[in-house]
Amino acid sequence: MSVLSSSIARKVAMALSALFLIIFLIIHLAVNLTSLFSADVFNEASHFMGTNPLIQFAMQPVLIFGVVFHFVMGFILELRNKGARNVKYAKFNGAASSSWASRNMIISGGVILAFIVIHFLDFWIPELNTKYVLGDMSGLHNGEFRYFEELQHKFVPIWRVAAYIVAFVLLGLHLMHGFQSAFQSMGFNNKYSGCVKTFGKIYSVVIPLGFIIVALFHHLNH
Amino acid sequence: MNLTLKIWRQKGPQDKGQMVEYKVTDISEHMSFLEMMDILNESLVAKDEEPIAFDHDCREGICGMCSLHINGEPHGPDRGITTCQLHMRMFKDGDTIYIEPWRAKAFPVIKDLIVDRMAFERIQQAGGYISVNTSGNTQDANAIPIPKKDADLSMDAAACIGCGACVASCKNSSAMLFVSAKVSQFALLPQGKVEAADRVRNMVKQMDEEGFGNCTNTGACEVECPKGISLENIARMNREYLKASII
Repeated sequence: MSVLSSSIARKVAMALSALFLIIFLIIHLAVNLTSLFSADVFNEASHFMGTNPLIQFAMQPVLIFGVVFHFVMGFILELRNKGARNVKYAKFNGAASSSWASRNMIISGGVILAFIVIHFLDFWIPELNTKYVLGDMSGLHNGEFRYFEELQHKFVPIWRVAAYIVAFVLLGLHLMHGFQSAFQSMGFNNKYSGCVKTFGKIYSVVIPLGFIIVALFHHLNH
Repeated sequence: MNLTLKIWRQKGPQDKGQMVEYKVTDISEHMSFLEMMDILNESLVAKDEEPIAFDHDCREGICGMCSLHINGEPHGPDRGITTCQLHMRMFKDGDTIYIEPWRAKAFPVIKDLIVDRMAFERIQQAGGYISVNTSGNTQDANAIPIPKKDADLSMDAAACIGCGACVASCKNSSAMLFVSAKVSQFALLPQGKVEAADRVRNMVKQMDEEGFGNCTNTGACEVECPKGISLENIARMNREYLKASII
């Protein structure tokens, strides 16, 4: 078990959970983007994701475990790393040798965690309540699918849209370092590393931007 | 040039220590940083004050002894050099310069700017070697074919002088660049492959026990390293460690 508690094993565990979450973001955004083009497609996709037993009872628990693990391990590593320097420098010029995003993953991660709490309160908890407490698995409200209407309703207040934008900008910064860092942690550093870094940068901009566009679109078109 | 120096003074390992301000005047831009420190120390001795303790040996950028954290960066603002190779022309007249020891729990301060880097020695003793007989019957190294690319990468890794700038520059006080260089220099060569699994496991275990932080791939170590040790070595160490642990 000493192997699992080693510094490298922890790095790899962080990287694996990160890559899992990176894939999840693509799926989440793909469903969200359908709402820009068709309320019906978004409703169908949401209903499928919300009622399919494989997704609900197999993939969703794995996702929740992945999210919780990534945050808990991230905070544990941050605390241990802080403890490795018991006396601080009077002057530390970190900007001379590394990016803000790479030095402040705990800040961007903390903002993302706060966002997830808001996001769960907004969508996930009411969804669980409707389906598993009230027992309404139909996905209907007044005879029509309720998902698209709920989505639009949530993005009416400007404060929520602003909070989403701030969170996704921080997610972009988190990914800007985290994407290529995950590959480096798993020992991937070869002639393809340049491609991974470039793809990571594109991913870090495109994915958060996609989520921001969805929030703004529904705020402006409700 | 005239400079204000803010220097960490600490009488011993148990002393709390503090930053103390000194003024130096008529410093030539052609001096090395350590020569400037020598001049300051001579002036302190002339005033019957305790000179500032700092590490130095070869003053040629090879031994890895000099270890000052200058204006927030290990070995100062220049790149690819050690403190002894830093020249005063990198500073301007009237500058205030912060001079501190390496900061890491695994590198406790002995006195003033000198830290105990024995943690690196213990990591080396845990596996930073190959078990060959040196009795005089050793095989000619050139008898073993080694691809030029591997030999070059091994030599690049072996350029590490163990100064500890990687630890000092890292926000996590991680020693992974140092350990990965020592792991890589052997793992890349046939002579080192024989004990590669035990080596990486034992060196990483010792590194963790010494209390260094964990690498978060900020890349600061690579930028600040006086010998240009690449982050590729950390990726290689991670691969070697996973291979040794899983297979």
